[in-house]
Amino acid sequence: MKTQSVTRPRKSRTLTAVMALYLVYTLVPLVWLVINAAKTQPALFSTSGLSFGGTFALFDNIGQTFTYNNGIFFRWLGNTVLYVVVGAGGATILATAAGYGLAKYRFPGRRAVFAIVLGAVAVPTTALAVPTFLMFSKLGLTNTPLAVIIPSLISPFGLYLIWVYAADAIPDELLEAARIDGAGELRIFVTVTLRQLVPGIVTVALFTMVQTWNNYFLPLIMLSEPKWYPLTVGLNQWSAQANGAGAQPIFNLVLTGSLLTIIPLVVAFLLMQRFWQSGLSAGSVKQ
Amino acid sequence: MSRTRSRAKAFAAVALAAALAVGCSSGGSSGPAAATGTQDSVDAALKAGGTITYWSWTPSAKDQVAAFEKEYPNVKVNYVNAGTNKDEYTKLQNAIKAGNGAPDVAQIEYYALPQFALTDSLVDLDHYGFGSFEKDYSASTWAQVKNSTGLYGLPQDSGPMALFYNKEVFDKNGIAVPKTWAEYVDAAKKLHAADPTKYLTSDTGDPGFALSMIWQAGGRPFSVDGKNVKINFADPGVKKWTANWDQLIQGKLLAPVKEWSDDWFRALGDGTISSLVTGAWMPGNFMSSVPGGSGKWAVAPMPTYDGQPVTAENGGSTQSVVKQSGNPALAAAFVRWLNHGNGVQPFIKSGGFPSTTADLTSPAFVDEAVPYFGGQKINQVLTQASKDVAKGWTYLPYQTYANSVFSDTVGKAYLNGTGLDAGLAAWQQALVDYGNQQGFTVSAG
Repeated sequence: MKTQSVTRPRKSRTLTAVMALYLVYTLVPLVWLVINAAKTQPALFSTSGLSFGGTFALFDNIGQTFTYNNGIFFRWLGNTVLYVVVGAGGATILATAAGYGLAKYRFPGRRAVFAIVLGAVAVPTTALAVPTFLMFSKLGLTNTPLAVIIPSLISPFGLYLIWVYAADAIPDELLEAARIDGAGELRIFVTVTLRQLVPGIVTVALFTMVQTWNNYFLPLIMLSEPKWYPLTVGLNQWSAQANGAGAQPIFNLVLTGSLLTIIPLVVAFLLMQRFWQSGLSAGSVKQ
Repeated sequence: MSRTRSRAKAFAAVALAAALAVGCSSGGSSGPAAATGTQDSVDAALKAGGTITYWSWTPSAKDQVAAFEKEYPNVKVNYVNAGTNKDEYTKLQNAIKAGNGAPDVAQIEYYALPQFALTDSLVDLDHYGFGSFEKDYSASTWAQVKNSTGLYGLPQDSGPMALFYNKEVFDKNGIAVPKTWAEYVDAAKKLHAADPTKYLTSDTGDPGFALSMIWQAGGRPFSVDGKNVKINFADPGVKKWTANWDQLIQGKLLAPVKEWSDDWFRALGDGTISSLVTGAWMPGNFMSSVPGGSGKWAVAPMPTYDGQPVTAENGGSTQSVVKQSGNPALAAAFVRWLNHGNGVQPFIKSGGFPSTTADLTSPAFVDEAVPYFGGQKINQVLTQASKDVAKGWTYLPYQTYANSVFSDTVGKAYLNGTGLDAGLAAWQQALVDYGNQQGFTVSAG
């Protein structure tokens, strides 16, 4: 055993190989998508998956995706953005406030709340979709954007994350100091707590955003009219056109649409990555 | 700040996205009782006008609705594509259960019709005197919309089965058009041996196809009498099909290509898959999605076990009036126009295969030489097939659920070659259990 120098940790070949494999594994579908989004429908049916299909039709496909069916793709994109901004945004705010409250305040019934939240983490939202539908139907909210947004506001997992994070990241001494200085609870939350919680909030925001952006089953059963569909359900409907009698496959538009659908998520990750990482390393070394 | 941030560190590893799509729903029924009357009340409703909602995913629906509104300007049809087959059924089932939100008229495939009819969710069109239309439809489609309790829709398209084959590949490899299933298996062996890149057909396990094949072989696995259901996947007809089809699965003679995928369309175009046994609605798909096969494909009668002509239905839909409708007479009027009036022609133009005897016997339709099929008069074969459909077939009153668990059970036989009989037995067990949980009285055998 050689002693390790502090500055240069030993390279592990096995690990590098495993990570390289993993990298290939994750990137191949993406590469496939990029290549095939640039093919025309006939080229899709005549060339193999990972080879380029003669002509470069990406911009053509994008044009068609935007105009097909009176430009409904834009409408779906708008719906998705609406559901994400209001739903995931709201979920992040609620999870942050509630998580902090549960972490830092002592009140009767706290344990019961804890149990309920933990239980809620364990229940897949899909299992609740049909009961939620019946409930919303009674309220007359089905087939409206609210039917997708309201359930998205609840993120037990996000709440739990903030709770765990706040318990550690916000020293009680800090809150006491603020109280002694005469700050009210709300002001403490807005000026002291939020800043401390940024990495946690960004994580929850990313998490709920991805969840809402990719949400499929809930909008599928809540919405019957295509004009309220998010991209996931809309693209699936395009994909289903390839089936059965009178099929009209538009795989090229499904692929291009899927590519366009993941771009905003990638951008969001790249933008938020900074906050997230800087927050994670801050304070990890004793000054 | 001396606190450790190990918890925070753990955050970096949080990259979860669990979204399991588990679709399930079960139906009760509710809604107001249907009005009764004759065709007079339907005509009166048309005169009075109003608004109805129509759920459908057929490509011709949009044009049909536009044509209908032009003909009847005082009726507004709110056309919604609520999803393709099972997506639509899930929504329909939920809306029926909730007591609101269902359309007035819905497209429902024949296999799913019993489950909506049995839960009393659809209007019996006999109330509007539509029973008198019986002679205007092929016997096999009428049998699928009418049962002992009522008439639950008017047939739109149908799918009597036939053999579509790639003549070019057949000729090149010296394959004769198989007339019996034994010849079909031999042809599969011969072709794949002659050219290992080619397969006679593909089948990755499709419940609709399997049931149609069983139907043709004389198997009648389901019998339904009200809430009493019998399931038997061991009858001689079923065994006939499994013994034959297992040879293709276990001999690795089926192309490993998923139906309706881009690969599949490609394989149909380049000769990798050189025949298909499927419904009469397939030609339209060939023309629109398999340009590479133009001039190469031809149509022949479906192979049989003893050389005597017999077929089954594969696919096809009806339009039904939902009980929840606030204006069932107007909804019925729209259904009548769609499938017994001026709606039929635009449907046929879009490549659909009709159910109406007038069209199935019109010389213009029957004797049409189709350029894609090298000028063959394919409708002669297909209309004959619609006459040869075997009688007495019944679907389960929870067929959509049944189809959704087909791949978990029978799918194994396709994957591992463990024999279709064992797979069907597992399916049967799952269906008996589920049916009993749902309040049916289900027995096996």
